[in-house]
Order: sequence, then C-alpha cells, then structure tokens
Amino acid sequence: MSLWPLIGIAVVVVGFVLRFNPLLVVAAAALATGVAFGLSTGLDVVAAAIKTLETFGKAFNDNRYITLTWMILPVIGLLERAGLQEKARDLVGAIKVLTTGRLLILYLLVRQFTSALGLTSLGGHPQMVRPLIAPMAEGAAEANLGPLTEPARMRIRAMSAATDNIGLFFGEDIFIAIASILLIKGFLEQNGIVVEPLALSVWAMPTAVLAFVIHGVRLWRLDAQLAKLNAPEAAQ
Amino acid sequence: MIGLPVLYVIGGVFFAAMALLGAFDRGNPKRWGNLAFWGLLAVSFLFGSYIGDLANGVLVLALAGLAGFSALGPGKPNTTTPEERRESAARLGAKLFIPALVIPLVTLVGTFAFKAWTVGDAHVVDPKQATLVSLILGILCGLVLAVALIRPRPTVPAQEGRRLLDAVGWAALLPQTLAALGAVFAAAGVGQIIGAFAGASLPDSGPAGAILAVVAYTFGMAIFTIIMGNAFAAFPVMTAGIGLPLIVGTFHGDPVVMAAVGMLSGFCGTLMTPMAANFNIVPAALLELTDRYGVIRAQIPTALILLIANTVLMYVFVY
Repeated sequence: MSLWPLIGIAVVVVGFVLRFNPLLVVAAAALATGVAFGLSTGLDVVAAAIKTLETFGKAFNDNRYITLTWMILPVIGLLERAGLQEKARDLVGAIKVLTTGRLLILYLLVRQFTSALGLTSLGGHPQMVRPLIAPMAEGAAEANLGPLTEPARMRIRAMSAATDNIGLFFGEDIFIAIASILLIKGFLEQNGIVVEPLALSVWAMPTAVLAFVIHGVRLWRLDAQLAKLNAPEAAQ
Repeated sequence: MIGLPVLYVIGGVFFAAMALLGAFDRGNPKRWGNLAFWGLLAVSFLFGSYIGDLANGVLVLALAGLAGFSALGPGKPNTTTPEERRESAARLGAKLFIPALVIPLVTLVGTFAFKAWTVGDAHVVDPKQATLVSLILGILCGLVLAVALIRPRPTVPAQEGRRLLDAVGWAALLPQTLAALGAVFAAAGVGQIIGAFAGASLPDSGPAGAILAVVAYTFGMAIFTIIMGNAFAAFPVMTAGIGLPLIVGTFHGDPVVMAAVGMLSGFCGTLMTPMAANFNIVPAALLELTDRYGVIRAQIPTALILLIANTVLMYVFVY
C-alpha cells in the first residue's frame, strides 16, 4: 500500500499551522492526496489531476445543502438592526443573579437536555448563539462588571460558542435515532455484532454527565476570570 | 415533491442577490472579488447539477483561489447605530424575539410533519430532506414576521444579510469544501492506510495490554477525528483497527460500551480541530472573534479532560 495519499494530511497540518487561507489549504490537500493516489494506481499526472478534480467537484456539488443554512442571515441581520441583541442584553442585565457563568451553565443544561430528546435544531451558532446567547452572556457581564474590555468580550463570545457545541455533542448521542447511534449500530452489525440502539444511548449518559460537570466547573470559574480580564490593569 | 432541487434554486437566487448587492457597494475596493465569489457560488447552486463533475471541480478551485488571494472584503451596507438599536429595542420590546424563535420552532414541527405528509402515495416533501426544507420554511416564516414587525424598506433584509455574510466571508464555504475533501480522502483510501498502522504495534496480552488497547482506541478516535474533522469518518477505521480485534476480540470487552464511549471520544477530537469548520471556524467568524481559533482554544481544556475521563470510564466498564 502506497503511503503517498497521506500527503494531503501533511498539507492540511502545515497549511493550518502557517495560517494560510483554510479554503485554499483544503483545495490543495484534496489535489495532493488525489493526485498521489492516482499516480499510485498507475495514472499519469494529468489524468490523476483530472480524476481528482472530478471527485472533488462531484462531492462539492453533492454537499451544497450544507451551505444553504446561510439563508438565515437576512432575518438575523434585520432583527439585529431593530435591536434584538440589545434587547437580549437588557433582559439578562435586569436579572442581577444571572452572571455570565451561571447563564451559560443554564444554556449548557438546556442544550444537552433538548439534544437528548432529538431536538438538535433548537440551537446553533447563526440561530441562537449570535443573536441571543452571546449578547445575553455579554449583557450579564456588563451588568456585573461595567463596560467590557476587548479580551473579556472575546472570551465571553468564544465560551458561548463552545458551550453550544459541547451541549450538542454530549447530549445528542442519548437520542436513539441520531446519526451517530445509527452509524455505530450499522457498523457493528456488518461485523456480526447486534446491539440495541437503546443500550448505546444508555452508555452515552455517563459521558454526558461528565461533560456537564467538567464544562460546568469551567463556566463556574469564568466569572472570576472575566473580572480579572476586565480589571483596569489588564486593559493596558 | 419538494426536495433539494427546489432548495438549490432558492439558494442560487439568494447568493446571486448577495453577489449583486456586493457589486453595487461602490465604497468597497474589493467589490469585484465579492461579486466573483458569491456569483460563482450562485452558479454552483443554479447550474451545478448540469455542468458536470470536472467543471464543478474547476469551480471549487476558482472559489478557493479567490479566497486564498484575499479577493474578498467586507462592504459597508447601511445599518443602524447602537443608539438607534437601543431605541428600537425599547419600542418593539419582547416581540423582537418572536421571529427569531419561530425559526427553530417551524424547523422542529416541520421535520416531523413533512415526513408524514403524503397525497395519495407520494410524499409532498422529500422525507430525507424534511429537516432542511423545514429550516428554509422556518427562515421564510421568520422573515415575513420580522418584516411585518419592523417594516423596513424592501432592500433592507437583503442588505442586512449581506452585512453578516460579508462578516463570515470565505468561512461560509469551508464546511461544504471540507465535506468534499472527505470524499477525496475516502476515494484515496486514507482511512485504511492509517487504520493499518493503528493496531499493528499494540501488545495483545496481559493487563497492560488491556489498558493500552483502551488508551490507543479513545485517543486514536480523538486524533483521527482531529485529522478528518469528523468522528463518523474515524469510527469505522479505529473500531476495525483496534476496537473490534483487541478490546472485543482479544480482551473480551463489551462492544456496546466500547462503541458508545469510543464515538464520544471522537467528539472530543471534533472540539479541537479547525477541520470541523461549522462548529469551530464558522462561529469564530460569525461572532467576529479576533482569533480564528478562539472557539477551539475555549474548548480544548474541556475536550482534553473529558477525553481522559472517557478513557477511564471505558477501561472501568468495558471489561
């Protein structure tokens, strides 16, 4: 077996580390791996490149549905123009006990719980995090700490996005009809092992609890970190 | 039947509108780059199914080239000032949340309803695409409600959409392009090559062997997911390479615990890689973070601790 097709992985690693444009890195990696594979099967360079472009182009075309989700942006933009983020900020700012950390812990819990019921579309970055969760998290911090420094604001936004991902990943696997459970069941069946989806989803629960505890503790400590990031000396 | 072809026409019109609005933004020195990028994407949506695989491949290269040589740049559509927004928020109040919440709600209800909706024997909506059709329908409902509430001039929603799409920029196309890279990797057998290495050098007896097999499997899942950007690609390779032959075969572990916790170890890898762009790179762009890898940095501590916890969990319960 030729090892040359792995060259695409090297292209990806070097490209991302050197911070080249990711879209360019990904296209270069596809070409490198595809051509290397073509050469190893005895094609000449031109034929290998054409075959790679065909595979890459077909897969790109077949996956257009992924990019459709951006059609949400006009609604979100329009609502932002009318003050949605400000409203979300005020709402949370009015509740003094709701710190950034506590708000995000609450969101983590809700996101895990709804994902476990298969309601994964009740969240996500364009739909929830940008218009509602991140502004609420910032609003809670502003209510407690006053105007935010840039590092504090960036930290809050990054943790808001992280919390959405973690809640989704370690909730959805409890739902028995989710893609990953079906993939596991199908793969084990091919190898002669029959498992119940319910058994798989039960064994997703311990990790879900651990994820809540681990990320929850980090969120609990976030408020103190933000106070430090927002202190006058940190701003200089 | 309403399915992907209809959605792609709607998407094509959307991106064509983004391209044209971008081109008319005279104050933006990169407006022609924006026109070319979003215009090509509109071509892909409208005609991608008719132009053939090779032309699609060249089209991706052109898009990547435009992004790689910084041809895109955000324009400055007119939007409201922070003061105007606060005033509008006070005037409209909590009603502002309704259009935003209608989108996930319609998506949710539609996903279940469309799968069941048949006329005669035919589905009205392609059941495989029920979620996507529901999402687009939810977006349209949200848009109608938002317009009724805010009453903007007709071009305003599209201009506001362009403002956000410009903020996301090339990153908007990264998830789709990564999925295409995954297909090229699969066709070249990258997974099998790595899988052949994975189990080769592990000891197959003794208590140390049992521990090593679990560690190699959970960390292998995470590392392979970091490389491929997707735990689904890592699972068959790592499970065939280490999980089934060693943990289940040699050491008689429970396949259910192995598979369930193994997949979740892969998810820990998803939290740490720019290759999982829609979770990690896109939100950084959407939230206008100064650090492209800011979301990944925020996730790494949780991911690493949870990966270790998963490894312990599997070792304790799998045997």
